[in-house]
Amino acid sequence: MKKNTILLFCVLFLLVACVPVQPKTLTVMTHGSFAISEEVVKSFEEANNVKVSFVQSGDAGEMLNKAILTKDAPLADVLFGVDNTFLSRALEADIFEVYQSPMLENVSDEFKLDDSFRATPVDFGDVCINYDKKYFSDTSVLELPQSLEDLAKPQYKNLLVIEDPATSSTGLAFLLVTRAHFGDGYLDYWKRLKENGVVVVDSWETAYYTNFSGSSGRGPQPMVVSYGTSPAAEVVFAETPLTDSPTSSIVAADTCFRQIEFVGILKGVKDQALAEKFVDFMLSVQFQEDMPLQMFVYPVNKNAVLTEEFIKYAQTPDEPAVISPEEIAAGRDEWIEAWTELMK
Amino acid sequence: MKTGEYTDEKAGMDASLSVRLSVYKYFTRTLLWLFPILFLLVFFFFPLSKILTLTFDFSTFTDSKTFPVILNALGFTFYQAILSTLLTFALGLPSAVLFARFDFHGKSFLRALTAVPFMLPTVVVAAAFTSLLAPRGWLHTLFPLSSFQFIGTLNAILIAHVFYNTTIVIRIISNTLARFDPKLEQAARSLGASTLQVWRNLMLPLLRPSLLAAGLLVFLFDFTSFGVVLLLGGSNFSTLEVEIYLRVLKLPNLPLAALLSIVQLIFTLIFSVFYVRVTRQNTVQTAPRFSTSRPPKSLHERGFVFALYILLLTFFLLPLASLPLRSFIRLEADRGQREEIQYGMTTDYYRELFINRRGSLFYVPPIQAALNSLGYASLTVFLSLALGYPAAIALAKPARLEKILDPLIMLPLGASAVMLGLGFIITFGRALSSPFFVPIAHTLVALPFVIRTLQPALASIPDRLRQAAATLGASPFRAWQAVDWPILSRATLTAATFAFTISLGEFGATLLLTRPEYPTIPIAIQRFLSQAGGLNYGQAMAMSTILMGITMFGILLIEKIRITGDKDDGHF
Repeated sequence: MKKNTILLFCVLFLLVACVPVQPKTLTVMTHGSFAISEEVVKSFEEANNVKVSFVQSGDAGEMLNKAILTKDAPLADVLFGVDNTFLSRALEADIFEVYQSPMLENVSDEFKLDDSFRATPVDFGDVCINYDKKYFSDTSVLELPQSLEDLAKPQYKNLLVIEDPATSSTGLAFLLVTRAHFGDGYLDYWKRLKENGVVVVDSWETAYYTNFSGSSGRGPQPMVVSYGTSPAAEVVFAETPLTDSPTSSIVAADTCFRQIEFVGILKGVKDQALAEKFVDFMLSVQFQEDMPLQMFVYPVNKNAVLTEEFIKYAQTPDEPAVISPEEIAAGRDEWIEAWTELMK
Repeated sequence: MKTGEYTDEKAGMDASLSVRLSVYKYFTRTLLWLFPILFLLVFFFFPLSKILTLTFDFSTFTDSKTFPVILNALGFTFYQAILSTLLTFALGLPSAVLFARFDFHGKSFLRALTAVPFMLPTVVVAAAFTSLLAPRGWLHTLFPLSSFQFIGTLNAILIAHVFYNTTIVIRIISNTLARFDPKLEQAARSLGASTLQVWRNLMLPLLRPSLLAAGLLVFLFDFTSFGVVLLLGGSNFSTLEVEIYLRVLKLPNLPLAALLSIVQLIFTLIFSVFYVRVTRQNTVQTAPRFSTSRPPKSLHERGFVFALYILLLTFFLLPLASLPLRSFIRLEADRGQREEIQYGMTTDYYRELFINRRGSLFYVPPIQAALNSLGYASLTVFLSLALGYPAAIALAKPARLEKILDPLIMLPLGASAVMLGLGFIITFGRALSSPFFVPIAHTLVALPFVIRTLQPALASIPDRLRQAAATLGASPFRAWQAVDWPILSRATLTAATFAFTISLGEFGATLLLTRPEYPTIPIAIQRFLSQAGGLNYGQAMAMSTILMGITMFGILLIEKIRITGDKDDGHF
């Protein structure tokens, strides 16, 4: 009898020993442009004995729509990539849990747009006009435009390609810049831009790689609505090592739009404490220093050190256009429709 | 089923036997339909109706903006679809005759070439046309005077549609032409009919079901076109499908999107019902045992073959070749400030594909992406044939049930991928990140093609051949092997090619949640294109070239099997 019991315990012990302790899984939903280093994820996984599983779905707007539709049975525990153009919609739909990360003390106040502490800022980047340096140095008569008003002048006729704000986030950002600068008069400005031959395409990919003359497509337009970090990307991803970027950004006052991206813990999260750890991790110096070369955005953590390429080639405007998430949420659909009506 | 039908005729008098037989027939029909219908119910009708009932709202009807939006989109959708279909036939019909009737040097290569665009992602096709026709593309570099606007015009949409869909016309029509008994044509000619008369009085009436089948598929593809219109048409044009996409994801108005989806579904259903009625009227007598193609003889024939050969080669090879060319040639100046554009050969893009330079978790090893794509494609072929065969068998001998089910099978082609994607998400939730949903989604798109390709072939097999085989003492399997398979092998290969190619080119990112661990080639291409930098662009071109290479190889392989198969038929 005793023998049997011991045997039974032995068998049980072996069984337990054989089944490895399954690590918990944390599911993070992101947009298609999210990227991260393998080792950085690994360090989080090892420290917390967890498996981080990423799911991606379209761009930021698509991802948010899906998250709102599945509010009652969320697809993930954590959602990263809602930016300030979508922030109000996410907060109104009430998809996030409240969490005030202690790491926020390292983040400058200008990025903390949500007083209710549901959406935590992670990174920022500017949508600015990029230009083909060679084009402007060749035609030495032509000065660089220094304001939105300049772009409507005849010497810049047919030189700018932009994205449709209805289909592209950079296009929307540029529409918001004009709205912030001209207020209700923004449509008059667009009328002038249209007469001045501004080219509209559906996506950033088409604008940058097909129409823009400064990158690989070698298109006809020497100016494109892109990111302030694109010149740095041109150097990092150059075909042959470059000593200088072929493109640069116009960072004059009121010509750029600052995108801030947020992370939030989705309501219905399986393990809130673990999700909170992941939010803290995204604000850690390790993650924040990994971001720039993965996603070409700037860290919000003051202590994160920037890489050389960023310091040398990427530019940030001192005075980006100012427009609040609430204003955007209230007006965006109306502005886009009015814009579409005018431009088509 | 076959034996059931066979005994059916002898048992006409015996009432109780015929009741039992009809029960038996009913039972086999139900069995045939069970899995295809179950599949469509679970993965199509249920998610779609769930999202439509969730989002549909009668208040949309009272909004003054609703009807102008719908009418505009509908008008343009019809306009471009009709034009595209006519143009596709203008090129496809002569090409189908070329492939069905004549043997010439490089035939399988040319046929494979015409099929490649069908499975390339829109991003790649747009890139191919751009690298050829954009202001600084090859054409402009070689002929500095040729300056014209291409991207963002209706012409771009039409040409891309012809580029994509000509292969459908070629496949379906040349398949039917090859199954024609050449004796029919010979008889007509020996009675003194001219070429024109042969075509007008004999070939076209006989071809009508296939013409309509091909026409409907091409029209439906153009009707629901999405990526081509968005990428090449720019923001000036919007079809129903593009409008739905905008109203779901960009300017959210889900009730309007639901209404637009319903409009699109209704039109798809109308086309399908129309199609089913017309194609049912006649089936073609076939004689699969002779090879109907031969080298061109007369001067006329030589001229026809030569002219069309050059035309097809130019139309398909130029854009397709400019893509791999771009993946081997860099346009960078060597250092710093760029001077004149310098061309140089490089294999950097390919070498770089194999390096995970930034240690990214989402790095896609090209071979892994290729294997994933091939794995999904094989599963799609298997699944769509397994589901398509029983449905096609039932449809080949239509009863009342089939008359209702037949048009419904076409519906997945007319459903908005974006809407269906949302339906998937609210229906399957977290389970959706399972990689098994990828081949399932691809099968939904492939299934209508597979069924439509198999069904006419199955219907064309004369019962008396099977009966003769049975009378001569062949077992059911032997009869199937001797009678059905020679005719079916061709159709099965065509169907498999469709399924394979649809799966390879399907981007599907809007439809599903993607798991970075299981990337496909189209997803890898998209990933490269989403960041700035010459190397990224070059790698996207290199990856597209790899996708093109794999599909070319796959199609050539299938062509090879097909030709060997034809030889085996020969000694029956």
